[in-house]
Amino acid sequence: MPQASAWNAERAREIIAEHIGLEGPMLPILHGLLEEFGCVSGEAVPLIADALNLTRAEVHGTITFYHDFRSEPCGVHLLQLCRGEACQSMGSEELAAKILGKLGLAWKGTTKDGVLTVEPVYCLGLCASSPTALLDGEPLGRLNENKVAEALEEVHIR
Amino acid sequence: MTRIFVPKDAAALALGANKLAAKIAAEAKARGQAVEIVRTGSRGAFFLEPLVEVETPQGRIGYGPASVAEVPSLFDAGFLSGGAHPLRIGRPEEHRFLAGQTRLTFARCGIIDPLSLAGYAAMDGWKGLKRAIEIGPQSTVAEVLKSGLRGRGGAGFPTGIKWKTAADTSADRKYVVCNADEGDSGTFADRMIMEGDPFALIEGMTICGIGIGAAKGYVYCRSEYPHAGKTFAEAIGIAREAGYLGPNIFGSKYAFELELRMGAGAYVCGEETSLLDSLEGKRGIVRAKPPLPAHKGLFAKPTIINNVLSLVAVPTILDRGGQFYADFGFGRSRGTMPIQIAGNVRYGGLYETAFGLTLGEIVEGIGVGTYSGRPVRAVQCGGPLGAYFPPSMFDTPYDYEAFAANDGLIGHGGVVVFDDTVDMAKMARFAMEFCAIESCGKCTPCRIGSVRGREVIDRVLEGVKPAENLALLEDLCNTMKFGSLCALGGFVPYPVMSAVRHFKEDFQPRALAAAE
Repeated sequence: MPQASAWNAERAREIIAEHIGLEGPMLPILHGLLEEFGCVSGEAVPLIADALNLTRAEVHGTITFYHDFRSEPCGVHLLQLCRGEACQSMGSEELAAKILGKLGLAWKGTTKDGVLTVEPVYCLGLCASSPTALLDGEPLGRLNENKVAEALEEVHIR
Repeated sequence: MTRIFVPKDAAALALGANKLAAKIAAEAKARGQAVEIVRTGSRGAFFLEPLVEVETPQGRIGYGPASVAEVPSLFDAGFLSGGAHPLRIGRPEEHRFLAGQTRLTFARCGIIDPLSLAGYAAMDGWKGLKRAIEIGPQSTVAEVLKSGLRGRGGAGFPTGIKWKTAADTSADRKYVVCNADEGDSGTFADRMIMEGDPFALIEGMTICGIGIGAAKGYVYCRSEYPHAGKTFAEAIGIAREAGYLGPNIFGSKYAFELELRMGAGAYVCGEETSLLDSLEGKRGIVRAKPPLPAHKGLFAKPTIINNVLSLVAVPTILDRGGQFYADFGFGRSRGTMPIQIAGNVRYGGLYETAFGLTLGEIVEGIGVGTYSGRPVRAVQCGGPLGAYFPPSMFDTPYDYEAFAANDGLIGHGGVVVFDDTVDMAKMARFAMEFCAIESCGKCTPCRIGSVRGREVIDRVLEGVKPAENLALLEDLCNTMKFGSLCALGGFVPYPVMSAVRHFKEDFQPRALAAAE
């Protein structure tokens, strides 16, 4: 996963300017900021509001409506475990409980060393290969505890 | 030079297709054998993934499910010329899972390189679009009407009527929007198309643009599908470069431009009006209807919003005629449905067939029971908002009307199988919990009803006045069903009440159940 940059208002303005010509530029702007900074922090709100001629409340409301636009960066690596019904039929809830338990995390928690965040996700469209997950955006299927451990080891998490 | 086909569909990647492709390339190099590895979409037989295919004089021969460890033995067995090996399945199209299908929408998926214009054109690509240009907007819409195609996103509204409404509405600008926010658990058909046959979606949307008089289209893809988004974005670029998108398509007077937008993890944005709000850059809040999007949709302009599968059915309808498509099917459910068999199932994957199979034929005949080998206990059809069916209802025909008559829905075509270890009270509770997490918050029955619903189920299970609370749950479900603005709150009663109705034994108070 590419390392996110620290907040930089100048760069944020550039990202906003890159997308402002689109019809309905809000989501493309927010995705651009997320990609650059690993989150959409509160500091971005007035800049977007100003550029799009919206109130800060409207911008804040939009950002917080969507699960993706986290306000703080996640860990260096992100494991998104699917909780959809198809994965549940293959024991994903039990698997998630074991993984979270082993890491000492609750859903959306980050390990103390800041290396790994574990999030729930509701369906990855890999439902005939359940249980499934995305690790840093790469899909994993037919998961069990060992396979998760192997995948984490590949990104140097033990 | 032998051509080897390895899928890059996300579900194949999840089972190691990239490492497999790399290993095949390395092994071929080490053995001095010349191979060309072509990355395709998936054929949809996911129990065979990663499925490697080799081009031979006898046609393509498949080997699957293949793994890195087995690559040397595949070479030893002479798989490059179709040699015998335990993983050899013969010609994939003759495999029992694929041979019984009627592939209209998925005719190319898993066969061609998804980003090859030549591959697309060689398998009937662009024929529907050419015909639409020839016959003009009115006749284009008439073909879709004649096909009897109904919206494959879930609601099943006749696509042709929708198109005619937008075509008959005059405006300075109109839009075609593709709903690729495929959030239902147990469904993956939209993802497979975007990753495996993206030009078909571009062609379908362009035909729609010609039919209704729109020059701009948007595809709204969910962010949980990063690979689909990436492949589709590349496909748009390739199509534009080659003149399949732009000001004069095929040298005609018709212009059409397409843009991909990614969602941001909100399930409710799969609901068409909240998707439009999201595209406009707002919170994805459901709009009250009327006005219909066909009258007043994106940026208050007449808008067709169709699911990926509806739009991808259109090129075939134009190419071969509406009647050809309508000749498949059952009752008022015409054409083919890409059924997605998922969950705890032995042979899971995409099964496109004419409407009319029974649910039992799908689960027992095609899926051949559970992956775990235990008895099937429940099947959820139509995603998180679809009903749970017990095996005693397996004679229900798979079509819109028969499912509605049994308090269910086929939705986007997902069929999720559960074995006898499933706790149906937990699944009912999860349905309410999911609704509470994903509710857009606009209407009270959904926003508050889902939270209260979970609490009521908890009380039943804790043994607090269970009979009264079950009655209350039914009452609450009725309020949600009839009082919610959209299908999120309105359909959550389907999984909840079907679980209560068909699996009542799971709703015994927990302490009591343990004591028995």
